[in-house]
Amino acid sequence: MLASILRPPPLIARTLVFVALLGAWELASLAGMVSRFIAPPPSEVFPAIATLFTDNDLVAAFLRTFGEVFAAAGIGSILGMIIGWWLHHDRTAGRAYTDWIAASAAAPLVLLFPLFLVLFGRNAATIIAMGAVSALPPVILKTKEGLDNVRVVLIDVGRTFRLTRWQQVKMILFPASLPTIFTGLRLGLVFALINVVGVEFLIGFGGLGLMIAELGDRFEIAGMYAAILFVVLCSATFFFLTEKLETWLLSAR
Amino acid sequence: MMVPALRITRVSKHFDTAKGRVTAVEDVSLDIMQGEFISIIGPSGCGKSTLMNMVGGLLTEYDGEILLDGKKVSGCQPEIGMVFQEESTFPWRTAIENVAFPLEAAGLPRDKRVARARDLLDLVGLSGFENHYPAELSGGMRQRIAIARTLAFEPRILLMDEPFAALDEQTRMLLGDKVVQIQQQLKQTTLLITHNISEAVALSDRVLIMTFRPGRIKRVLDIDLPRPRSSEMMGSEKFASYVAEIWRDLREEASKGLQESEAAAR
Repeated sequence: MLASILRPPPLIARTLVFVALLGAWELASLAGMVSRFIAPPPSEVFPAIATLFTDNDLVAAFLRTFGEVFAAAGIGSILGMIIGWWLHHDRTAGRAYTDWIAASAAAPLVLLFPLFLVLFGRNAATIIAMGAVSALPPVILKTKEGLDNVRVVLIDVGRTFRLTRWQQVKMILFPASLPTIFTGLRLGLVFALINVVGVEFLIGFGGLGLMIAELGDRFEIAGMYAAILFVVLCSATFFFLTEKLETWLLSAR
Repeated sequence: MMVPALRITRVSKHFDTAKGRVTAVEDVSLDIMQGEFISIIGPSGCGKSTLMNMVGGLLTEYDGEILLDGKKVSGCQPEIGMVFQEESTFPWRTAIENVAFPLEAAGLPRDKRVARARDLLDLVGLSGFENHYPAELSGGMRQRIAIARTLAFEPRILLMDEPFAALDEQTRMLLGDKVVQIQQQLKQTTLLITHNISEAVALSDRVLIMTFRPGRIKRVLDIDLPRPRSSEMMGSEKFASYVAEIWRDLREEASKGLQESEAAAR
């Protein structure tokens, strides 16, 4: 009995910790331990989400940002899968460049934004390019990994049935590596989202990132936190949905 | 004189490794007649799988000649089907989709390939499991799917590389019975690679004993046991004497293999 109270099921534990953290934040703010200008209490932040819809046109900002995210992730995914395929197919190239891609996946690529700003100007193209570049490394690495790890015996089965090159790809290589490639696509999407919002914030252009920057500049701190909270909620929902999509697509393979 | 279904003439295969040249198979010659069931038995590392990959057309660079109905084998042939030792079902396809795979690749219409795959699943005793994915089935069932999938192409020659190696003893015996039954039914020329002596005796018309590296044919033994056979005849005196005879020849080779692998581990 005591054990089950101390170790509640995951969902309840998660909710309890979340509520406790919000409560601690609220109390710290009420007691004056944290300045309202640094971190307004949750009782001010949550209602501010509603004002974002009315005063700041949250829907337009959301659509704009996610349009950029999809464009960036789409470009990054297609290019990434092509490059991943090439690194798998050409073993010398694979050995030569894979480490570079892995290193770039760990690098804060967002710092390259001034370069893109010069190349494309202060517009959506810069934001999309930045997002696409950051989506590339995980897609490339996971595509190559997925293809590299297809078991030789499955390819041999295809050979004994005299599959054409294209049939080998379509009927064996692709479905066998799909789960791993999907992991790369999802990571790429998340990387694109982070970088799109980040660059919007940095160059003061676009949707949600710009909104957060402006709210901060206007000292509408509760509104700024509400916008950040909204972005976090969106990404979480997004991640959850891609997970569902993956399960569905893999079962339909 | 009858032309053998498969004629292997003075076949050798060398591999260049970091430690130098290794001869996997040396000077193997063998005639296999239509409908014959032949087992190749030998210690691990005697080049059995290499030999099978050459016959199956997966390995194309070798010395000597392999003839199918008098014509040289180059690359994989539709007349030759292979069943692999490793798990080889496609995990993203159901049992029936796995079996229909080669028919789909060959462009057979859907209703025809499904009907054919259903018959084959029935043949290997898996009716009722059509829509199960391999992950939901046991190792023995998955191997039967792989066998049915190979049979879908109606190969005249069936090559099986230790298809029961990953299975437990009882499943292995039951599956062996099934394979003999199917082979007798379809009159397929079959080449089975195994390291299990009783299995080789129970299933084969002839047993080939191979030497440890380089793999040569040490002896060919005719198994003169009545058909139809089943694992039940394993208790007979004649069966036991065949097993003992093969083990006498094999023992020396197996201990060479053991010594070599122990020396390599040192």
